[in-house]
Amino acid sequence: MSLTAPVDLGLALLLLGLAVWVIAASATYRAAEGFIAYGLVLALVWVRLGSVDVALTEAALGSGLTGLLLLRAAARLPPADPAERARPAKGVRVLAGLLCAVVTAGLAAVVLLLPEPAPTLAPAAAASLPATGVGNPVTGVLLAYRAVDTLGESIVLVLALIGLWSLAPDAAWGGRPGALTTAPAGSALRFLAQVLPPFGILVGIHLLWVGADHPGGKFQGATVLAAMWVLVIIAGLRRPPPVTSRATRWLVVVGSLIFVGIGAAGIWLAEAFLAYPDGLAKPLILAIEAALTLSVAVILGLLLAGPPEAERPTERRS
Amino acid sequence: MMPVQDIFTVAAVTLGSLFFLAGTVGLLRFPDTLTRLHALTKADNLGLGLVVLGLLPQVSSPLGWIGLIAVWLLALLAGATVGQLVAGAVRPPDGTPAQRGNPPA
Repeated sequence: MSLTAPVDLGLALLLLGLAVWVIAASATYRAAEGFIAYGLVLALVWVRLGSVDVALTEAALGSGLTGLLLLRAAARLPPADPAERARPAKGVRVLAGLLCAVVTAGLAAVVLLLPEPAPTLAPAAAASLPATGVGNPVTGVLLAYRAVDTLGESIVLVLALIGLWSLAPDAAWGGRPGALTTAPAGSALRFLAQVLPPFGILVGIHLLWVGADHPGGKFQGATVLAAMWVLVIIAGLRRPPPVTSRATRWLVVVGSLIFVGIGAAGIWLAEAFLAYPDGLAKPLILAIEAALTLSVAVILGLLLAGPPEAERPTERRS
Repeated sequence: MMPVQDIFTVAAVTLGSLFFLAGTVGLLRFPDTLTRLHALTKADNLGLGLVVLGLLPQVSSPLGWIGLIAVWLLALLAGATVGQLVAGAVRPPDGTPAQRGNPPA
């Protein structure tokens, strides 16, 4: 323990330093870069805390995918002129600082004043885990105990995609998302996009499959799958599908549909919405996870690909 | 007395860490983007390779070996590609240095 203390202290200081950097960075692009590094260090912190599931999600979604979204947003924003930047009045800034300090102090007090031992449902969750048939308690919580939360999340993603698509101007409706195909790709990137996807797809499916018993799961696997798709799009090997493509829309909703369908079947077969019949919990959870992985991967890829754009005559043919 | 494989692990991982250190120093100290890239990709590839090599004796299952080596190969692929991309961004294909202050090649 004494050997790892300097590492933990270094990680904590690095994390705090990066957080300050993200807030203090004057340029949006630099702040986005700092946010990516912050997410990666945070993933390491989660590993040190023993939460490998959270670490994987943070690295894939929090740092990688969100970072790419932020970088793209920063690239599309007009460059900020420091002279024109509106600076709030001093009183407002002092007030904001005070409020932030109060919130931080409150959070610190809550954490530091926890009774010893801290209240936890972990033993109860672990005790009932065999009934679900899965060995990873995180998957058990996400898809058995709190399946309704996960269902909500999967539907929120569909809504997010609808929200993004609704930003398209009328003339562009029916076109293909164009945010990822901005510049012709060099040969190095095309090579990577040809070599990497088979391995990436394998890793994504592996993450989904081991998620039943080990750290991993649908969101982590789906993010890797989406990353491979996005890589192929950025390299110009394939174009994203038009938003009116019926097959794409089915892929977007199939995860939520199967989740709702199995959940509704539970009303008759297991006496409650989202309850699984005895002995069928594990295959049903696997079916939901597989369908959700597909949908989440497609949705994440389409979110990164941006709203549809009108077809340009100079665009490369696929 | 440590077993031979532990001594090997300590030696290889230490050597690998030194390459990471050298790569980081190069990243911070070298004058322009291309030399910094050189320091980063070369040293990281070798450093990670040595760390992976050092960890191999600590893994008992063949699947674990394949996993470790796959991590290194994927990092090699990613590092080489990103190096090309960054170099291409600062140096357009016609060979004229885009950056001011670049020494002539």
